[in-house]
Amino acid sequence: MSSALLYACAGMGLLLVGTWALVLRAHLLRKVLAINVMGSGAFLLLVGAGAMGSGPVDPVPQAMVITGIVVSISATALALALVLRIAYATGKPALPEDRERDLMDAGGR
Amino acid sequence: MNGSERPRGEPGLLLRAGLALLLAVVATGLTLALLAGPASPGLTDAVAESLAGSGASNPVTAVLLNFRGYDTLLEMAVLTSTLVGVWALGPAPRIRETDPSPVLLGMNSVLIPLAPLICAYLLWIGASGPGGAFQAGAVLAAAGVLFIISGRRPAVPLPTAPMSWGIVVGLGVFVAVSLAVMPGGRQLLEYPRDLAGILMLLIETAATVSIALILAGLFIGGRPEDEP
Repeated sequence: MSSALLYACAGMGLLLVGTWALVLRAHLLRKVLAINVMGSGAFLLLVGAGAMGSGPVDPVPQAMVITGIVVSISATALALALVLRIAYATGKPALPEDRERDLMDAGGR
Repeated sequence: MNGSERPRGEPGLLLRAGLALLLAVVATGLTLALLAGPASPGLTDAVAESLAGSGASNPVTAVLLNFRGYDTLLEMAVLTSTLVGVWALGPAPRIRETDPSPVLLGMNSVLIPLAPLICAYLLWIGASGPGGAFQAGAVLAAAGVLFIISGRRPAVPLPTAPMSWGIVVGLGVFVAVSLAVMPGGRQLLEYPRDLAGILMLLIETAATVSIALILAGLFIGGRPEDEP
């Protein structure tokens, strides 16, 4: 098992964990974090898969990932600014349909 | 996890099961694709063949600025529009005025003067090794963030210019260069061979300034008070 395959599998795991949290968690900060975990997973998967072939590492996935990292940083910043506005305006950092939910998951789920 | 005790609005068992099933399918597909090995030889050879005429000896930089210049151009547009979006949401929240810790101030006095040096090195080395505009801009932005959280003002009055100029200069220079190479039958972003290196350095320098300002501006989280 090559280390590139290990990286790609770890990236896949992060992608799945992030998707799970993005759909099921109500707190918007958790959703933003989940998107970031998903993004890191996608980058790791892409770089790992690009390094799996024999010979020198393919530079195209690396260039795509570095572009993606910068885009994900700026998307996170915009999302955080929006979360702040939602929290100021409604008093609760959640989407309208999640307003009734227990944001902190105090039930121990 | 008991269904009858779940408060209203909580995701039901059906949603969880459906999501788990979907993710399991995705995981299986991805694992099979990974284990099957690379489906094509990739673009390593194609990049290596055209590297000589690209103006950079680092393949990642050549891909970013030359072969896939569209991606990077649009990425600068994304960055610029993100900051416009954050500014449109309202003025920056006031950072609570507290005395910065002496550790932060001491660290700042070492790190902030070093940051432009590291930035310039990363920018220059990007042509031949790991580095480039994004890494250089991130280092400069980090120095800016350290300066912002220290709450200090520069001891010497710096020449002031509207921050918005610096923010659009990266995108502006990139678009100007990509259009300026078009006379002579070349396509958008198709640099002349002997000028490619210097044009890429020009684009990267302008992009570094913009990236640093945009990232630091995103950290502030809103429109600065002295900006229109």
